[in-house]
Formats: sequence, C-alpha cells, structure tokens
Amino acid sequence: MMAQIQHEKDRLDLTPKKFVMWLFVFASFMIFAAFTSGFIVYVGGKGHGINVILPDVFKYSTAVIIISSVTLFLASRAAKRLEFGKQRLFLWLTFALGILFCAIQFDGWYILTNKMGIYFVNPNAARSFIYILTGVHILHIFAGLMFLLGALITSYRNKPQAINLYRMEISSIFWHFLDIIWIYLYVFLLLNQH
Amino acid sequence: MSTLAIHDHGVAGHDHDHEHHHHDTFITKYVFSQDHKMIAKQFLITGITMAVIAMLLSILFRIQLAYPDKSFPLLETLLGRFAPNGRLDPQFYLSLVTIHGTIMVFFVLTAGLSGTFSNLLIPLQVGARDMASPFINMLSYWFFFAASVIMLSSFFIQKGPAGGGWTIYPPLSALPKAMNGSELGMTLWLISMVCFIASSLMGGINYVSTVLNMRTKGMDLWKMPLTVWAFFLTAILGVLSFPVLVAGVVLLIFDRSFGTSFYLSDIVLNGKIMPYEGGSPILFQHLFWFLGHPEVYIVIMPAMGISSEVIAVNSRKPIFGYHAMVYSLIGITTLSFIVWGHHMFVTGMNPFLGGVFMITTLIIAVPSAVKTFNWLATLWRGNIRFTPAMLFAIGLVSFFISGGITGIFLGNAALDINLHDTYFVVAHFHLVMGSAAIFGMLAGVYHWFPKMFGRLMDEKLGFLHFWLTFICAYLVFFPMHFMGLDGVPRRYYAMTEFPAFNHWLSVNTFITWAAITAGLAQIAFLYNFIHSIFWGKKTTQNPWNANTLEWTAPVEHIHGNWPGEIPTVYRWPYDYSKPGHDADFIMQTTPLSETMSSNLPHDFEDNPAGLQQYNEWAKTQRSSEEVK
Repeated sequence: MMAQIQHEKDRLDLTPKKFVMWLFVFASFMIFAAFTSGFIVYVGGKGHGINVILPDVFKYSTAVIIISSVTLFLASRAAKRLEFGKQRLFLWLTFALGILFCAIQFDGWYILTNKMGIYFVNPNAARSFIYILTGVHILHIFAGLMFLLGALITSYRNKPQAINLYRMEISSIFWHFLDIIWIYLYVFLLLNQH
Repeated sequence: MSTLAIHDHGVAGHDHDHEHHHHDTFITKYVFSQDHKMIAKQFLITGITMAVIAMLLSILFRIQLAYPDKSFPLLETLLGRFAPNGRLDPQFYLSLVTIHGTIMVFFVLTAGLSGTFSNLLIPLQVGARDMASPFINMLSYWFFFAASVIMLSSFFIQKGPAGGGWTIYPPLSALPKAMNGSELGMTLWLISMVCFIASSLMGGINYVSTVLNMRTKGMDLWKMPLTVWAFFLTAILGVLSFPVLVAGVVLLIFDRSFGTSFYLSDIVLNGKIMPYEGGSPILFQHLFWFLGHPEVYIVIMPAMGISSEVIAVNSRKPIFGYHAMVYSLIGITTLSFIVWGHHMFVTGMNPFLGGVFMITTLIIAVPSAVKTFNWLATLWRGNIRFTPAMLFAIGLVSFFISGGITGIFLGNAALDINLHDTYFVVAHFHLVMGSAAIFGMLAGVYHWFPKMFGRLMDEKLGFLHFWLTFICAYLVFFPMHFMGLDGVPRRYYAMTEFPAFNHWLSVNTFITWAAITAGLAQIAFLYNFIHSIFWGKKTTQNPWNANTLEWTAPVEHIHGNWPGEIPTVYRWPYDYSKPGHDADFIMQTTPLSETMSSNLPHDFEDNPAGLQQYNEWAKTQRSSEEVK
C-alpha cells in the first residue's frame, strides 16, 4: 500500500516538468543572445549600423506587453485564491493583449517598410536584424499564446487545482520571460540606433 | 542507526505496475513508446544504422583517394550518375565528405551516443521511474528519426546531397547556384539539422531536469556515477549551445532564400556580379563554432563518462579521483564555451584575440590530462578483467591521448597557420573525438547490452572486433599526421594531381585498405549485436558485479523500472574491493549498517549518529580481539 502511494506521488510530482520549462527558457534566451551578439559582431566588423530612429509604435507594444504581464500575474493570483471567474477573465485579457502586441509589431513592420523604406532584404544587414529580432520574438509570442490557451482550457475543464496551478505557472514563466526578452531587445535596438 | 531502512513494500507495489501493461499495444510499446528504455534502444539502433551508412560513405571516398585514376565500373552500377564511367563525380565526392562528417558528428556521436545512454542510464542510475517528461522524450526520438530520413533523402534528389563540408560555411552554402552541393541538398541539410536541433534540445532539457529533480532517496549529487555526471553536463552544453546554431542557420536560410546579406558581400558568381553587400561570412563562423566547439565535447564527454564507469567496474577498483573527475568535467564544460576562436585563427582574426583563444584552448589540456591520469591510475594495480567493454574503454584512453596531444599543436595560433585545413587536422579530430568517442560508445554497448536486451554479447567476437578496429583505426589516422605536416590539404578530390603531393599516393592506398579492413571488422560487431539480441546467452541480474542502481532493477523490463519502491542509496558508486568486505563490490543500495567490517570513519562525514555507532562497534571489536 505504501508503495502505491509512493508511486502515485511519483506521477503527480510536477516539479521536474516545471523545471523543463525553465530550461526551455534558457535555451530560448541563448537564441536571442546569439542574434544580439551576431548583431554586435556584424556592426563592429562592417561599420554599418541601423542609423535610423525606430518607429514610436514599438513603445506602445512595449507598454502592451508589460500590461499583459501584470494581467497574467493577476490571473495567477486569482487562481491561487480559487477565484476561477477572475482567473479566466484575466487570462482572456492577457491573451487579447498578446494578440494586440503582435498587431502592433506588424504595424511596426508596416511603418518600417512602407513609410520609412527600410526593408528586410537590405544591403545593410544591421537593418535586416531589426526584422530578425522582432520576428523570432513574435514566433515565441505565438508559442506563449498557445501556453495561455492551454491554461485557459484547463481552467474551463474543472481539472484538479494542482494541474490548474501548474498550467498557470508554466505559462507565466514563459510569458514573463517573453516580456523581459522584449524589453531587452527593444533597449538593445534603441541603444544601437546610431 | 540512521541509515537503516527496511524494504517491506516490494510486493504490494507490484500489482500497481502490472496495470500499466494492459494498455500497451504494438504501437505504444515499440513505435511511439514513452518508456525511456525503449527510446534508448530506438536511438541506439538508428544510431548504428546511421554509423554504418556514414562508414560506407567514407569507404567510397577513400577509394577515390587511393585510386584517383582508376575506373571501377561497379561504382557506376551502384551510384549511377554520381560515378560516371566508374569514377566518382568530384562534386559527389564533396557531398560524401560532407554527409559522412554530418552523420558521424551529429547523428551517431551526438544522438546515437547521448540519446542512447542518457536515456537508458539516467533514470536507471539515479533511481527514477522515467524521464521528467516521457512525452517530450518520445518527440525527441521522432524528431531525430525525421532528421535522419531527411538527411538521407538528399541522396535521391537530382543534384545530390549538401557538399559544403559539415561546417557549411557561407558564401558557398548561401549561394544555391555556386555548385550542386549548395542547391536542394543544402536546403534539405538545413531542414534536417533544424529537426535534429529540436530533438537534441528536447532530449537535453529532459536529461537535465531528470538529474536535478528525480533522484531517489539518498542519491545526492556526489553519489551519482560519473556516467550520470557526464550526461548531465553534456546536456547542459547542448541546451546552451544548440540554440546558437539555430540562430546561425536561420540567418543562412534568409541569405539563401530571401536575398538578405547577413553573410554575403562582394560576390561574383559565374562572371555575374551579385547584388549582395556588406555581409560578413566570418559572422557565420562565429555563430557556428560557438556551437561547434561545445559540440565536440558533447561528443566526447558521454564517452568519457561511460569509460570511467566501465574502467572502474572492470578494474575492481574505485575510480581514482572521483571529485577530480567531476571537477574536470565541469572545467571542460565551462572552458568549451570560450575557445571557439581556435577554429578561426586564419580568418584574419586579430592576433591578440587569437592569443586569448590560444590560452583558453591550451588550458583545456589541464582537465583533460587530469581525466587521463585518473583513468590510468584506476587501471594501475587493479584486478583487471578484460571484457570487450573494458578493452574499448581502454581504447578510448589510448585514442584520447594520441589525438589529444596533437590538439596542443593545433591550438597554437602560430603553428595553426601551417596546419590549418590539412590532413593533420583530420588525423587529430578523428582520433580524439571520432575514434575515442566511438570506442566509448561501443564500450557502453558491450557493457549495458545485458541491461538493454537481457542477453550477453559474445566475448570472442567482441575481442576480434576490438583488436581489428583498434589497430586499423591507428593505421588509418596515424599516417595522416605526416601528410598534414607535409601540407596535404583536406577535402581535395585528387590532391595527388599536385606534383608536390604525388608521393603520398602510396600512403593513401595503404590508408584506404586499412579503412576497408576496419569496415569489415564491423561485421563482427553487427553480427554479434543482432545475433545476441535474439539468441545471446541469458544474463543474470548483475553480470559485471557492478555497484550502480541499474543492476538492482529486474532483467525483464517493466514500466517504472522497479517493482515496488525505488531503492534507496546509501553510498557512492565506487566501493570496489573495499578492504574488510567479503565480496569485491558493495552495491549502492547496501546500507553501511550491513557492512560494519569494511566501514571507514570517512564514510560518516555527514552522519554523526552513524559515526558514533561505528566507533562503538569498533571499540567492541577491539575489546573482543583483546580477549582472544
């Protein structure tokens, strides 16, 4: 009997799975670190730079993603307090803000190309890097939205609270990471505008 | 005493395990299995298949090197348009070299080695029911399988496989029109590698999480076998370095297919000036080697871990310098991230920067030497049993020494100007990471075959396999040092066309025949491997009298590894030939209270209650001896 209980405990222990998410975060971080280091090597070696003021919309997207982190935090707090209605509301809000973030990023690309004439295919690869950094980040945002959807579905399905909290936690780890990475990328680009 | 524990739950848990077998269908058991032991076998068999293919490719291009002017009609029959008139097509030669390198480095020695033994041994040796995420583990194998299929499929397209060398440097790889090997074959190479990296990351993340979170009771980090330490650190290396290759490959894909200029500048192709401007091919080399160098340690470290374990078990001695072994692995892991520049000494690198990379590179000799001396010291005056696994483990040490010493030449920024891209480099890495790592892998196969398949491999065939492979590997790679010192460049289709290198033709012929013999020797292994899976001698639970946890699990594989409770660990894994004990090994699961006669005060470092009890026991022992 003891062994059976022990066995069940093996199965329900979600710590290793949460740790998997942390490791995934490290791996993603390395991709962005590689791109930004690549940028530095490129700019340092070739004497090219971005040499243009970035469109203001990226400020708005930064604000949006910061707010989405706050709403996600509120959703997690609601989940811990067993206020599931509130949890779902804030999760939907976070999800909507995530979509809005993508929309603003795409608008940023639109302004860059159509208004400023800065294209992805560019003899100055420093400018191509703007698209690479934002684009790879948006791919991660899509993955983050999937995690948020997963958390939402779990919360609607009356799963055990441990599973609910686990889904909340892994989506939070990833989403806050994406928030921080965006701030890092934006500051990096701002510092390298000239 | 505090380390006492009673295992009386063994029977109760069995029914529970039994339930899980009902759900197994053929598909879930053999194909989309989530059981780490089955996934390990899948990795091993795919890895061996890829190794055989890559070996055959190498024999094809060795034939060209030995007989550059001869025509072999058989080749045309076999390869068709890739060998018109019975002579290899020069572009196809480059493809062979490229795919041989790619498969060996990534598919055999990364996925085949780490994939097999990390999957098999991490849960079994740390005492876990399975990996942190069995589902991701399964995905990891199937991404690897997809990558293998895509890589091999490039042999069946019109222009043939990628041909830019396994390092796929741009601009060659970024310009599809540059040569046959840069067309669709290169695209497939890139797709295959993206799948492969996804597989490696999923595997690595799982290994790290399992080691850190799922160790059984009593298994602290300093009680882990060196195999687990090696797999753990290898996985960390992979998780941190493979994403950088993704970054490099993404930019390369954009240059190839979208017309960006990350890596391209001032290109004239077939007399036409291309529009690319301002790119830097050196940038790719930085990104590539930031992965590429850790990659060679991803290849060798699991082999080192396996050898440490096999050598200790078969010398019947504790591994010499267990802590030093771990710290040197950690040292290698850390240093491997700051040495990538030594692959780029001749790219016009600032000589000062070259000096920095030279120093960091040469420092790696220190932990490497620590490991080598520790293996030799473990062998020293041991009760050595020369099992095939042991021979291969010693073979690793031999290759690691003879290949490692030339690394000191190549790591020198000044000498590298002469030696760069010559056969000296080929000789160096084929010994130090090629032969050494494959010998470590084979040692692992022979040693843990009973754990994987419940049967033993044939020893005599194992000896034959070892001696032929060992001798032939040296005969193949040793002469290459002298060719390299003479300046013979690597990757050339027919270097004997140059009068200066003409006299190396006889050596080339010799190497080719040694390579063919080595290839034939592998038949002994393949026959032994396949035959033993079905008809080998049945094994006992602990055939090598080893200490580690995997040998406490039953021979029949069950879901969850152990019936009932997972065993608790009380001691480190290297209590071999401990003075005062009747057997020459003490399993990790044996509590110290059962081995009073062999305990030492040192065994109770963090255990004052145990120490007190030990002292009392020693006192009574002494007084009873006085009575006698």
